[in-house]
Amino acid sequence: MEQPDPGPVPVLALRDVSKSFGAVRALRDVTLDLFPGEVHALAGENGAGKSTLIKVLGGAHRPDSGQLLLDGRPVRFRGPADARDAGVAVIHQEPALFPDLSVAENIFMGRQPRRSLGRIDRRAVRAATAALMRRLGVGLDPDRPARGLSIADQQIVEIAKALSLPAPAGRRPAPAGSLPAPAGDAGSAARVLVMDEPTAALTGGETARLFAVVETLRAEGTAVLFISHRLEEMFRLCTRVTVLRDGQRVSSEPLDGLTEDDLVRRMVGRDLGELYPEQRTGQAERGNGKAALAVRRLTREGVFHDISFEVRRGEIVALAGLVGAGRTEVAQAVFGVDRADAGRVEVAGSVLRPASPTAAMAAGLALVPEDRRGRGLVTSLSIEHNIGLTGLGVIRRGGLVSRALERGRAADWAVRLRLKYSRLSDPVGVLSGGNQQKVVLAKWLATGPGVLIVDEPTRGIDVGTKAEVHRLLSALAADGLAVLMISSDLPEVLGMADRVLVMHEGRLTAEIPRELATEESVMAAATGRGGRAREDAV
Amino acid sequence: MGTAPDQTADTPPSAPGKDAAGPGGDGPAALLRNAALRWDTAVAVLFAAVFLTGLGTTDGFGHGGNLAFAFNDVAEVALIALPMTLLVVAGQVDLSVASMLGLGSALTGALWNAGWAFELIVPVVLLAGVTGGLLNGWLVTRVGLPPLAVTIGTLALYRGLASVVLGSEAVTGFPETYARWTVDTTTVPGTFLSYPVALFLVLAAVTAVVLHATGTGRSLFAVGAREEAAFFAGIRVKRLKLLLFVVSGLVSAFAGVLFTLRYGSARADNGLGLELLVIAAVLLGGVDFDGGKGTLAGVVAAVLLVGVLKNLLTLNDVAGEVQVVVTGLLLVASVLTPRVVTAVRERHQRRAAATAGPGPYSS
Repeated sequence: MEQPDPGPVPVLALRDVSKSFGAVRALRDVTLDLFPGEVHALAGENGAGKSTLIKVLGGAHRPDSGQLLLDGRPVRFRGPADARDAGVAVIHQEPALFPDLSVAENIFMGRQPRRSLGRIDRRAVRAATAALMRRLGVGLDPDRPARGLSIADQQIVEIAKALSLPAPAGRRPAPAGSLPAPAGDAGSAARVLVMDEPTAALTGGETARLFAVVETLRAEGTAVLFISHRLEEMFRLCTRVTVLRDGQRVSSEPLDGLTEDDLVRRMVGRDLGELYPEQRTGQAERGNGKAALAVRRLTREGVFHDISFEVRRGEIVALAGLVGAGRTEVAQAVFGVDRADAGRVEVAGSVLRPASPTAAMAAGLALVPEDRRGRGLVTSLSIEHNIGLTGLGVIRRGGLVSRALERGRAADWAVRLRLKYSRLSDPVGVLSGGNQQKVVLAKWLATGPGVLIVDEPTRGIDVGTKAEVHRLLSALAADGLAVLMISSDLPEVLGMADRVLVMHEGRLTAEIPRELATEESVMAAATGRGGRAREDAV
Repeated sequence: MGTAPDQTADTPPSAPGKDAAGPGGDGPAALLRNAALRWDTAVAVLFAAVFLTGLGTTDGFGHGGNLAFAFNDVAEVALIALPMTLLVVAGQVDLSVASMLGLGSALTGALWNAGWAFELIVPVVLLAGVTGGLLNGWLVTRVGLPPLAVTIGTLALYRGLASVVLGSEAVTGFPETYARWTVDTTTVPGTFLSYPVALFLVLAAVTAVVLHATGTGRSLFAVGAREEAAFFAGIRVKRLKLLLFVVSGLVSAFAGVLFTLRYGSARADNGLGLELLVIAAVLLGGVDFDGGKGTLAGVVAAVLLVGVLKNLLTLNDVAGEVQVVVTGLLLVASVLTPRVVTAVRERHQRRAAATAGPGPYSS
């Protein structure tokens, strides 16, 4: 490591770690040092390998090759429990708490201090929780149930959980009956805290509070690995940054002296301008007035409310917003997999029968869902069967499925989307994420839709395929397809969309034309901080 | 966000046995290559082996009359196994089939007692089967209850109704004009096949076409493998499931009539426990109980195997109790074998990976 080291020995380090999934090399010879008392940023595009790296650190994945060093000594985590015992805690973007248990019970789940006869010592649990909250400087009631906590508060509970873990390294895991965190001292563990996009769903105030907590922990000597898509947050919070691209480490260096542009160049490997296709000018006008898709006052109680918008032929409209804002739910209601409580959907001027994907398909609607493996594909079925699934009424001769027509349909789209595969009869599950996404796109484009809804179309796929998908969407729009694109990837939204709709907590809060769309304007509307008010229903 | 590798992380290694028995192939050469490893082929080979062993070792086994008897003896199981195959492929199951058979038998007896014409009784019984299937399907698709729970309930319900309809009475004396077509001594001219077995073979061919060559069949595999993805692809999942339960009820009620004629006796407890034999045959035939995998050929081979095995044991004076034990062992083995093979193979792969990995945990 030629980088200047803030401390002598990294508390946790990766040495030339590689990890592959099938044909996908998620990590290639990645080296990373985390020193006590530093906040280290991990940057990289979607699919760069950040999540895999986090899972290796957290013990969820074992590296194929390379080493993990804890205090300079090689370790092997056989599972998340090993990592936890070693003092490595991972805070996920959306924490998974037990909704019906209290904050205190969640924190001490499975490790409750005991009284005689194995009874749980509730008072000790509560006192320890209160002490942890004081240490974090957060006023969260230990007795309140986790249900209804904001994501920010849920993260605080997860951090408290990490802090309350038995102290690692040298000390043996605490026996079952002991209290991991003495009430006075409120714990000490979690020597390494990994935070996976913790701010993605937080408001400005919540983010500030989280940063204060992180600063407290850093001052106590915890090493923090911070993952975020928001570069300005990295500059505010972190001292060093490691950039990953296509599974490889591009750089590790102090953030001082770097600009956001420098970081983006390292992440993308070229200037951002080249990433997105040449904008098609004026095709929104070409489809003039004719709405291919019109959503009128669509409401699903408690999920989204009074959603109205149109997508015209030849237009790409982005639906932006934070995770949980209700975007996916709107898409599913439009396509009919969910039932809307009120409002209607019109495709090419005629009202769609509600709650029927079959009717939506017949009307020329296609939905490429966010959950590729769960909803987009039947992973155990072959590529050709998956592509054929949307055309069972078409690929037949004399009432029977024609293998030849089915294969022709699949082969045709495999070529057009430049799918990488060995045989069309291979199960889709063996393909890489990007190629799986191409199969989902093929499956839907083969239906010849007039309106294409894509939900996070490039999430988790490599940079090259991502650019291909972008070019494809542009080309389709240029041919007159109406595209509604849900995306949490701001550069993608800004690079692709003719218009940006923004949702916040189940409502449309802004409609921003391409010329006015910036990271700031979209994020402001997405977090509910102003943006152009949009009272007028279309 | 940024979960690229997860998209491929849990792709299962190509497992042997049942996994290979998917709906597709890839050209004749590959088909032949795959066939050797396929579970349904293995069952067919096992059937052939048992059959040949029987011919060589057991006097009277190869006699046409005996074979007609052997296969006719499992006719109801075989018939109900057809819709059951479709259900299990779609990730569903119907445990109420034997009770519906019993209800069909009891209804036949009660109406015959009441002086109804047999020609009128049959459609009424079949209608009862459709109604029972509708109830199962409605509870599963509209109310959203799991099929196992629903059909355990209706297993009790339909058997109970059978007792209500007929009590503990046994009704006999059905018209010979119909009964003679159901027994093993009446065979299709030129063959040793009884008419129920011939009917089974015809329906098996139809079912095989539906399952393996139509869009409906494709949909069933998709629903069984990943119901949500099938729904997102515009497949009418609920309607499909409802239809399967209705067909299952219909065939079961028909089997009730057949059973009654074949034994010449209508009783409320006819076919008690038969559902297990049906499901056993389907699983033995290589259909994955989790849905999404299986072939009808495998199930047909399994049904024939069960029939021949049962007959051979009887011919060799093996007691009925022991026969039940043998059937049970066969079933457990059929469910266990592919899983054990998969587990062993995975362990080998893990071991290979571990030796190539980094040093042991040391802190």
